[in-house]
Amino acid sequence: MFLLIEQLLNGLQFGLLLFLLAAGLTLVFGIMDFVNLAHGSLYMMGAYFAATFVGWTGSFVLGAILALAATLLLGIALEFVALRHLYGRDHLDQVLATFGLILFFNDMVRLIWGPAGLALPLPTWLTTPVQLLPGVYYPAYRLSIIIVALLVAALLYLVVMRTRIGMLIRAGASNREMAGALGINIKLLFTLVFGLGAALAGLAGLMQAPILTVQIGMGENILILAFVIIVIGGIGSIRGAFLAAIFVGLIDTLGRAFLPDLLRKVLSGAAASTAAPALSSMLIYLLMAIVLVVRPEGLFPAAKR
Amino acid sequence: MKFKLNASNVLVAVVCAALVLLPVYSAVTGNIFILTLFTRIVIFALAASSLNLMMGYGGMMSFGHAAYLGIGGYAVGILAAEGIGSGFIQWPVALAVSALFALVIGSLSLRTRGVYFIMITLAFAQMAYYVASALSRYGGDDGLTIYKRSTFDGLINLSDRTQFYYLCLACLFGGVYLIWRIVNSRFGLVVQGVRSNEQRMQAIGFPAYRYRLTCFVIAGTICGLAGALLANNTDFVSPAVMYWTRSGELMVMVILGGMGWLFGPLIGAIVFLVLEELLSQFTEYWALIMGPLLVLIVLFARGGIMGLLGRVRRG
Amino acid sequence: MADPLLRVDNLVRRFGGILATDNLSLEVPRGELHAIIGPNGAGKTTLISQLTGQLMPNSGTIHFAGRDVTRLPSYRRSRLGLARSFQITSLLKDFTAIDNVALAAQAHDGHSFRFWGNARKERHLRDTARAALERVGLGSRADVLVSELSHGEQRELELAVALATKPQLLLLDEPMAGLGVIESARMVALLKELRKEFTIVLVEHDMEAVFALADRITVLVYGRVIACDTPDAIRRHEEVKRAYLGEQHAVTRQGDPIG
Repeated sequence: MFLLIEQLLNGLQFGLLLFLLAAGLTLVFGIMDFVNLAHGSLYMMGAYFAATFVGWTGSFVLGAILALAATLLLGIALEFVALRHLYGRDHLDQVLATFGLILFFNDMVRLIWGPAGLALPLPTWLTTPVQLLPGVYYPAYRLSIIIVALLVAALLYLVVMRTRIGMLIRAGASNREMAGALGINIKLLFTLVFGLGAALAGLAGLMQAPILTVQIGMGENILILAFVIIVIGGIGSIRGAFLAAIFVGLIDTLGRAFLPDLLRKVLSGAAASTAAPALSSMLIYLLMAIVLVVRPEGLFPAAKR
Repeated sequence: MKFKLNASNVLVAVVCAALVLLPVYSAVTGNIFILTLFTRIVIFALAASSLNLMMGYGGMMSFGHAAYLGIGGYAVGILAAEGIGSGFIQWPVALAVSALFALVIGSLSLRTRGVYFIMITLAFAQMAYYVASALSRYGGDDGLTIYKRSTFDGLINLSDRTQFYYLCLACLFGGVYLIWRIVNSRFGLVVQGVRSNEQRMQAIGFPAYRYRLTCFVIAGTICGLAGALLANNTDFVSPAVMYWTRSGELMVMVILGGMGWLFGPLIGAIVFLVLEELLSQFTEYWALIMGPLLVLIVLFARGGIMGLLGRVRRG
Repeated sequence: MADPLLRVDNLVRRFGGILATDNLSLEVPRGELHAIIGPNGAGKTTLISQLTGQLMPNSGTIHFAGRDVTRLPSYRRSRLGLARSFQITSLLKDFTAIDNVALAAQAHDGHSFRFWGNARKERHLRDTARAALERVGLGSRADVLVSELSHGEQRELELAVALATKPQLLLLDEPMAGLGVIESARMVALLKELRKEFTIVLVEHDMEAVFALADRITVLVYGRVIACDTPDAIRRHEEVKRAYLGEQHAVTRQGDPIG
């Protein structure tokens, strides 16, 4: 029972992390109609920046803030140098160019930080378990990820739905020409949105960094998951991304936690423990396939252009 | 088709002649490395050609084409591991399984369009990747070593470098010829018509879905053959063959050469893999150059190498 | 009286809250040129799309040649002999004119799951296509890419494509849209020829052409049929005058095209 609660929380935590990644992706996708495979690279960069800056400053929080700023700047620079020339192009062109960027970022990281992964140690105040219920302990760090991600999600919702900037973003999404005619500086808006997406990806990366090893290619697997999420949720829909992310996070985590035991009842021990993670990964893609077949536009398609 | 003397045709003729004569050069100079490299190139050219049939002619932007490389490869590897070494069994099985996979994937994916199609093909390929990782009996994540290449009752010896190279080359030329026939056939015209304007094709009486699906299956099957060749070439097959970056590389080869050009994928595969080889000799961090190069190609050379040649011809 | 070639009963199609087709019934007997007119947004293209199967109605039935085709997909209807031209030219732009037409001929020449023979060398497909091109006056432009044809030529090619499917019924959605005076006159002459051979449903804004060509005219307003009669009767029809012809009539009057 405690295990189940813990795994549910882990699933929620992973789902929220995925949401941070997917939110940026779906904003950029929905608003600029731009497929950004390099989004995963920004996630990776966030993690590497965090590992580096925390090492330099000796402070986890300060390092994280610096890393966030660095990813934001990197995102804006990337948009300015390369990606803005790809708006309005074929999706295929965008896929290829950003695929090239992934290759670039992976090797750049290898050049700067070396091929071995980095570890990002947590300060002690974040490693102590917190008692949630009598007898139920949960790592403070994971709990803080949940809280931070929820706060960011709420903030994002407020910004997009309640503020002038958000209105501009939504206007840009639903009608680019009209937004342009209203005197909105679309170029600047897009750069801002892209920067925001990059910062969210960076945040996800730096928060995940202490849990996993910081390594090359870490952005790629999770990028695909993020794509699955926005496809399930409906491209351009923040709400859809949120729900789908939680869903995917839970399925993935619970699958990994409980499938081995379930499978062991049918298969041999070794076979079960290798098959389970693969099966739980597959489960997500299966889910996506079903959603696409039943509702080719995703579960919560954003308003029509 | 009449042969016209223009830059692209001359290039193709020269490249094909060079490919045929390559083993001679290799034997004379003792440069075995180049033969190994080009065996790989020829195999990838076949895979990319099949993707070109789907993307360039059928307008279906599959981001999961590497799955068939893996499926073809695993068919060979698994049968070999189970003691069935005959290529007469291995290869037809590789083709059949690839075709079946393509049929299932295609029938689901083709219900979607655009980016959704790109993503769903990607997702299915990832599924195949995870299935392969789960095959603990056959190496799981670490992959499966193939101790003996496919045998063909003494007709051809795949362990002989030159013979294997020529077999791959024959498969490539055969594949390209087949694609050429298909493209100009009734079926091929319909597929290209659907790419151009699906609504119109429906209105004049073509059920687009069936044609697309058939094209999808043909392309997957041809790529399955490339997978069988690749597994024999490396004596090894692993889930990594199906990883999505591999699908991306296949796409790059097609675009680099020129999508919808019969020989585009061959040229694209040569350029991509030779470049990769040269850059990695020059620096360990070859992707630092290759990555931005890709961006530049997309930005400034959309038609690929064929597009550039066309410009030269006109200019 | 024999069954009409096309019979539409109580067709309804909604888009959200809007009734684009409002309980619409229509009969087109064989050999008739039946025009459908109506102000913008009257639901003419919506109707055509339902007739050809690009759009499914919410309720009601469509019978074609005595068969219920309401739920058939568009490619099946095309095979039964129902051909359409599109309001906004919808051709295979990167194909030559003759390839466009030959594909239509191929659609009606048995199955197309042939993977080997060169379809461009199939004599009878090419001959059919060439004949259809000659018919619409594009014989000399057969090998030109569609994207390089003029707008008028593309409209004519639309017709040739429809003809090559050997239709029983031609559904023409504004064939004169965007044509100049000379091109329009050519199109009218062409339609006059074609009507001898085919049953035609013509949706058109060009009143001059409609009144010159039609046997009967259906007037559509807000998805509803407000009148269906001969051109003379329609011209005198009070409700039609009020709802629709009013301003337009004044324009066409000047040249006095009618009669």
